[in-house]
Amino acid sequence: MNLALRDIRHNFGRFALTAIGIGLLLMLVMGMGGIYRGLVDDATLLVNRINADLWVVQKNTRGPFAEISRIPANAEDRVRAVPGVASSNDFVSHTIQREQAGRPLRMTVQGLSWPQDNGVWLPLIAGRRLEQSHFELIADKSLGLPLGHRIALGKDTYTVVGLTRNMASTSGDSMVFVTLADSQAIQYDQSGEAVRLEREARKSRASDFDPGRVQPEILNRAVGPSSGIPALGPPPVSAVLVKVTPGADPAHVAATIASWPDVSVYTADAQRQLLVSGMVDKSRRQLGLFRGLLSIVSAIIMSLILYTLTLDKIHDIAVLKLMGARNFVIINLILQQALLLGAIGYGIAYVAGQWVFPVFPRRVLIVSEDLWLLAGIVLGISILASLLGIWRAMKVQPNEVIA
Amino acid sequence: MAAAPETLAVEAFGLTKVYGSGNTEVQALRGVDLSLSRGEVIALLGPSGAGKSTLLAIIGLVNAPTSGRITMAGKPVVEDGRFAVNVRSFRRQHMGFVFQKANLIPFMTACENVQVAMEINGHSPRSAKRRAMELLDYLGVADRADHYPSILSGGQQQRVAVARALANQPDLILADEPTAALDSIRGRQVMELFRKVAHERQTGVIVVTHDHRALDVFDRALEMEDGLILGKQAAAS
Repeated sequence: MNLALRDIRHNFGRFALTAIGIGLLLMLVMGMGGIYRGLVDDATLLVNRINADLWVVQKNTRGPFAEISRIPANAEDRVRAVPGVASSNDFVSHTIQREQAGRPLRMTVQGLSWPQDNGVWLPLIAGRRLEQSHFELIADKSLGLPLGHRIALGKDTYTVVGLTRNMASTSGDSMVFVTLADSQAIQYDQSGEAVRLEREARKSRASDFDPGRVQPEILNRAVGPSSGIPALGPPPVSAVLVKVTPGADPAHVAATIASWPDVSVYTADAQRQLLVSGMVDKSRRQLGLFRGLLSIVSAIIMSLILYTLTLDKIHDIAVLKLMGARNFVIINLILQQALLLGAIGYGIAYVAGQWVFPVFPRRVLIVSEDLWLLAGIVLGISILASLLGIWRAMKVQPNEVIA
Repeated sequence: MAAAPETLAVEAFGLTKVYGSGNTEVQALRGVDLSLSRGEVIALLGPSGAGKSTLLAIIGLVNAPTSGRITMAGKPVVEDGRFAVNVRSFRRQHMGFVFQKANLIPFMTACENVQVAMEINGHSPRSAKRRAMELLDYLGVADRADHYPSILSGGQQQRVAVARALANQPDLILADEPTAALDSIRGRQVMELFRKVAHERQTGVIVVTHDHRALDVFDRALEMEDGLILGKQAAAS
């Protein structure tokens, strides 16, 4: 006869409520682990997806994710000329915030070196890749922009042609992908007044030196568009992504590029490591600590619940002992209830999490490795929690019934 | 003439029990001798503090005496104030208990309360259930087999408790004021039940009671005072 099941059957309402409570607590532990995973995954998402062998960034900076990195756009041409480089692409990334239907719309704009890169590496769930050099946009589904939606960014209007899932930046902002030129147009967009003021300033500066005074054409150029001034280069990019030729030694290629005085070079692994140990390190450790604390709190709460459940049965346990019940009958009663409570709580946590986690503002990434780990923790907690109750039950003397 | 050991349910010699020491020392039993035959039902009477419950706890192998010896069915179970057997196992196989309160386990039905006593003694669930139903039928509460204790009357609960005490066909049933919570009619019914059980199943029964109205039910009545058995009262039977 299973005494644990009979006790549960008789006090089903109380057991069910307790299991739900523990389940919600475990859901928080599970969610905390998922947020931790999501944070790390988001941080390394682009590096993993892009899968470049080398990242060329501004000298003495840690790359476009850790801090601002600006290198001349022509760096890409220089990199391509290095022996062992199969291909190179400019990388531009910046975050903007706009209004959409009265709510803030925050997004990280990612520039693709179209036409070499049309977003073939993006996990599209609907629509298509970029097929023209301007005014097309691939957005993450979490932004809530439907296919065909038109959105004004800078002075241009972009059409959503594709949708991705779970593409978020290190800070958790959803990503949009446009061509490199569009990305820079959005990044360096200025109001008409700012442009006019800049042109006037240029005109003033040009008229202050002799060539400007003797050569009216220079003055004309100075007040025109920036692209018409040969002395001004194109806007800088955040980084250059390098693919190494099969068979070539990436370390050797990296050493060649790193010898230039204006850039630093990281392998994809180094970039990944910089992200995890730098950008998200504090959040990661804080979440890990909080997760550990929640596990301890869960263990304490479960112990107290099981201890209270045992106290409620102390008299019955004394009766069982008087009848001659062996200790394992009583240990089974408490341990089985603890394990059932843990198992049902875990099940509730998992099912509830499937409903709740998608609503969280940041990605909650539940991986099977974490689920197994938590199952092990719950098993451990259940056994540990039952020890207090078992200890109390073992102390009960059968003469308490006679007394 | 003394009864043959195999016909005795229990025999106790020179049982003493001392609680505390020095100024706080209390002598609960002062050398009690007692013998009970199988099929015999005796009443243990006496005022509060006379040592009745202490004697019951010692014979029931719940507490050890300070000194003395106990044998059951000719086998020594307490020697020189120490247990000579595995008490929990011995209680499981040879004894049944009934108390003032029925002490049924609230999360089990009447049938399961009887069944569990047999299952912890190694019976299979199926045979335990069959025998539990037989016992409940024997004691007139078979129709309450699937009811939880909380919805049984006091008398019904005591009948189930008696069925539980009988579950493992014990040599000895110890009952501590089993009718104290019942009215006189139901109290008498329970006492008669003990008599019936003792005589029909050849079980020795010791009942601690304050109720002098049902003494005619017992084969013998023993009066206790200050830790001693004073003498024998004639029983109506």
